[in-house]
Amino acid sequence: MSTQDNREKDPNQVETTGHVWDGNLQEYNNPLPRWWLWGFYATIVFAVVYWLIYPAWPIGDSFTKGFNTITFEQNGEERTMHWNTRALLAKDMQTGTYAVRQREMLEQVAAQDYETILQDAESMSFVNAYAQGSFGTWCAACHQVGGAGVVGQYPNLRNDHWKWGGTVEQIEETLHQGRLGYMPGYRDTLDGDQLNQVAAYVLSLNDYSVDQDEADAGERIFTGTDGGCYQCHAMDAQGLASQGAPNLTNDLWGLVDVRGAESDSERQRLVANFVRNGAQREMPAFADRLSDAEIKMLTAYVHSLGGGQ
Amino acid sequence: MKHESVETNAGLLIILTLAVISVGGLVEIVPLFYIDDTIEEVDGVRPYTPLEQRGRDIFLREGCYACHSQMVRPFRDEMLRYGHYSLAAESQYDHPFQWGSKRTGPDLARVGGKYSNEWQVQHMIDPQSLVPESIMPGYPWLAETPLNYSDIDRRMIALKRVGVPYSLTEEEYEANVEKFGEEHARMFDIRNAEDSLVQQAQTENFDGNPGTITEMDALVAYLQVLGTMVDFSEYDDGHFAEFR
Repeated sequence: MSTQDNREKDPNQVETTGHVWDGNLQEYNNPLPRWWLWGFYATIVFAVVYWLIYPAWPIGDSFTKGFNTITFEQNGEERTMHWNTRALLAKDMQTGTYAVRQREMLEQVAAQDYETILQDAESMSFVNAYAQGSFGTWCAACHQVGGAGVVGQYPNLRNDHWKWGGTVEQIEETLHQGRLGYMPGYRDTLDGDQLNQVAAYVLSLNDYSVDQDEADAGERIFTGTDGGCYQCHAMDAQGLASQGAPNLTNDLWGLVDVRGAESDSERQRLVANFVRNGAQREMPAFADRLSDAEIKMLTAYVHSLGGGQ
Repeated sequence: MKHESVETNAGLLIILTLAVISVGGLVEIVPLFYIDDTIEEVDGVRPYTPLEQRGRDIFLREGCYACHSQMVRPFRDEMLRYGHYSLAAESQYDHPFQWGSKRTGPDLARVGGKYSNEWQVQHMIDPQSLVPESIMPGYPWLAETPLNYSDIDRRMIALKRVGVPYSLTEEEYEANVEKFGEEHARMFDIRNAEDSLVQQAQTENFDGNPGTITEMDALVAYLQVLGTMVDFSEYDDGHFAEFR
């Protein structure tokens, strides 16, 4: 019976709920629409079927597990248990279409050496796709999404300036065990003039115009016992990867914004200031967080960003 | 009872409405308190140290939960991004838990150890200096505000009342030594909570400023422990499915 029919009926002939408001307002007591009623019964049937298939009702200190099962591999043995999202995930990680394809590629890359990976187009396209995601999750917070780093904070991975070395072995070691970079501040060792002299010397190595007398004095500090800078940066200022001491002669700057400086004097002041304060930077170790295959792929990815040696 | 008597009695209608709509919540929530497997058996989960607990208080005070969940769900994409899915056991000492479902920012359940302390500090002071596309506000005052820990013992007593095993007596302390090891048990002793807090802040110097114990120390201490208590390499794939 549709509402259209009811409206055409004489109100006195339709059954009402018996409520009367304001003397003449009444409420029809019609049966529920049939489609609604059947829909309601269907939900009840659905619920009962659901209870039988999936975990549902609590009973004491346990619950009904349902008849649906999931089979996955645990510790080399096949294991079948009642349906639940954790077992579903275990199965998905083992036999899901994309998980399997991904694992095959991971195994392929893990079995190759770096030389092969970097030259094999198929491996490299997988490395780029996978490592881009890993890089975004684990590395981009410091090194930024494209790997260009933050001047003054975190190293650029796209140029060939490497504090800890840019060969695949060195990059892998960096990822594996992390790095703790430390340059002491010289505020107590060198006075203001000396700091300016060291700065002038370092800038002169990169062909910036500086006062030659200052630079000469700076060289004596750098290579002598007053500063002792050579102990980490080497006598020729080309750095020592084992100390994480950067090359100071290639005009590539990570922690001091030398290229962004607007004048010669500002440039010198920035470098001198940095030497006065020193710096400490930490790269976390990833050996416990990422598998060897993932570290391998990140290594190949970082190496291929442009600066690999 | 006739329908009319319910409809014409507002008080009765309210009471019966409340009774009906609580059924859904009651049947879903109450059984979790007595089903054995709700909280998984797992090694390593411990209460927060006094410093971490103060950090957690700051996390709540600043409303971090409004944008960050702490619950890695059991899906492949979440495992690949964040790590192992969260266990109920891992938040058994959280009051209240910070699971959440609103992710304007990333999930933080496994953020501990992911970034260095100095990154956390810099990111908290000025997020955009490290993540240009981030919309997170900065919290620079945390690095300048000395941490108030004068009431740490009372805070721990309150948590003890709701079931966190901080110790007040020698007996409770011994039980904690047994359960969590001596080093941690000392941290969970309310009687010298202030000393433990100061000691941890000074030893680990989370904010890079050794002079003062700031709110940043506490917050970073808390963030760095999140999700790191359980060593999942000790458990097989699918081991925790047993508890569901």
